[in-house]
Amino acid sequence: MSTLEIRGLQVSVDTENGAVEILKGVDLTINSGETHAIMGPNGSGKSTLAYSIAGHPRYTITGGSVTLDGADVLDMTVDERAKAGLFLAMQYPVEVPGVSVSNFLRTAATALRGEAPKLRTWVAEVKEAMEALNMDPAFATRNVNEGFSGGEKKRHEIMQLELLKPKMAILDETDSGLDVDALRIVSEGVNRAKANNNLGVLLITHYTRILKYIKPDFVHVFANGHIVEEGGPDLADKLEANGYADYVSK
Amino acid sequence: MSVLTTNYLTPSGREEAWRFTPLKRLRGLHDGSVVVDQRHSLTTKSALPAEVSFTREALSPLATSDDVIIERIRGEATDVAHLHIAADAQIKEAIFLTRLGGGVDSAELSRVRISLGSHAVATVIVENIGDTILAEDLEISLAPGSSLTFVSLQEFDAKSVYTARHHAVVDKDATFKSITVTVGGDVVRILPTVEFIAPGACAELLGVYFATTGQFFEHRMHVDHAVPHAKSRVNFKGALAGKDAHTVWIGDVLIRAVAEGTDTYELNRNLLLTDGARADSVPNLEIETGEIVGAGHASTTGRFDDEQLFYLMSRGITVENARRLVVRGFFSEIINEIGNEEVQERLMARIDGELEKAGA
Ligand SMILES: Nc1ncnc2c1ncn2[C@@H]1O[C@H](COP(=O)(O)OP(=O)(O)OP(=O)(O)O)[C@@H](O)[C@H]1O
Ligand SMILES: [Mg+2]
Repeated sequence: MSTLEIRGLQVSVDTENGAVEILKGVDLTINSGETHAIMGPNGSGKSTLAYSIAGHPRYTITGGSVTLDGADVLDMTVDERAKAGLFLAMQYPVEVPGVSVSNFLRTAATALRGEAPKLRTWVAEVKEAMEALNMDPAFATRNVNEGFSGGEKKRHEIMQLELLKPKMAILDETDSGLDVDALRIVSEGVNRAKANNNLGVLLITHYTRILKYIKPDFVHVFANGHIVEEGGPDLADKLEANGYADYVSK
Repeated sequence: MSVLTTNYLTPSGREEAWRFTPLKRLRGLHDGSVVVDQRHSLTTKSALPAEVSFTREALSPLATSDDVIIERIRGEATDVAHLHIAADAQIKEAIFLTRLGGGVDSAELSRVRISLGSHAVATVIVENIGDTILAEDLEISLAPGSSLTFVSLQEFDAKSVYTARHHAVVDKDATFKSITVTVGGDVVRILPTVEFIAPGACAELLGVYFATTGQFFEHRMHVDHAVPHAKSRVNFKGALAGKDAHTVWIGDVLIRAVAEGTDTYELNRNLLLTDGARADSVPNLEIETGEIVGAGHASTTGRFDDEQLFYLMSRGITVENARRLVVRGFFSEIINEIGNEEVQERLMARIDGELEKAGA
């Protein structure tokens, strides 16, 4: 049983006109096995929250704390956060020229498991993970995300989620850009990770569509750099019907 | 041992061709003050196929040169190490020529010829290792329809000085592909030059270099489109790390008035891995006819991409390993063209080592 605890998190980014505050005190607690959906208007700071937890260098933490089972996440380097059990499926996965998917996955698995996976079982493991997400085995020899379609990049993220087995996953708009079949396939991948590893999930989305597949326990409305309302799954339906007008005017 | 005569014009450093080169570190190769040793350090690594011969013989130069060091070599070195691949030979396995450095107390002046008979196909890999002071006039002749992949590996130790011209004369419908790799030495200055003498010829000059603290590596291309319908591609990638690492890439491509139907593109990309390093990159396209298929150039100099490093690290990969992956990825496009796993892996390991040494 793990707990990711975010308390009063304040984050700014450096711009030409000085630091701009984006997150204005975020409070959120996620336990193993729980799924929290975050919905909110464009530019409200959802990706900033995701990147800040993962440790992207662009963001400066100006206040608050993030802990995983009591350990100070903000004090960890990016790779240490992954080793502690955090995973970020990115809204825009990055292309890494000249680095093959298979080399990348093996290097990551070696880092996270503390030893190189046995070649025999590893090949089978990767093959299975790819098949589960309906990815052509040829992707293994391609360079990381290079020339992948939007949907292929998202599948590749969830394939890593299954392979790397984190404790907590932040999924930043994993559903955006997926066709109906891919949405189901990717959702099943997330649900398998939940079932197999008791994964805790922070799911950032604009659409209730994915919530039909990945059932949230909690829905949070995010606006203007913090959480403005919390509720159960029915809150998502309300948002879909009414939009964010009530929240952004506040 | 002998001392060179000095009746050649000594470069002052103000000449266009010498303006980047640290003349003081050339150990007297440029002004003739160097002590020359009669050593013939280039040898074959294993038995040669029947269609291939490696001999020493007197040969007159294939092409003129305006490089003062090349002139000196020609004045001093009487015979030429000549690798010949007979017409129509199809040599599948790479032919290795290896040179173990003879130390830095004296210099070697070397003349090498690689010649392919018509329609011959071969890969030649020249390995330069150890420490040496070496000036080399290396000429390559491709008879009509032949095809050569020429891999030149500068894996020198730290004190070496190497100045060379690698000049290819490419005849009708012949294909010349070179891969120049420079990862070791104190000063390395190579002039990869190509001269087309009949239509339908094709040259691809690829290269990588990685200079760390204090090293100077210069690659000065010259591609002469003096005939119609020839094609050339240049793609050099460099990385630099550490204080006073300095690289120079010059891409001179000349399309003469007669060279209608020329197709050429040259590219140089540099990765500055730390502060204090300097990459000079000068593409230079001279076009004397408008009747061409295409001509272009590009040159970029960048740093580590934070987004790439973040992505890799977010999967648990340490910053050192992430950088190693990105640098290997950067070079792999060219290194993989060598087509020999063992050599490729050795070079990548050397690049890892240089990266580690530079603490980048
Ligand atoms: N470098 C920057 N300079 C100025 N503003 C920035 C910078 N980086 C981020 N921002 C701003 O921070 C805000 C939050 O961005 P973020 O990407 O977190 O939003 P989001 O909620 O994920 O939006 P979306 O739903 O469109 O993905 C935006 O208004 C964005 O323009
Ligand atoms: Mg976003």
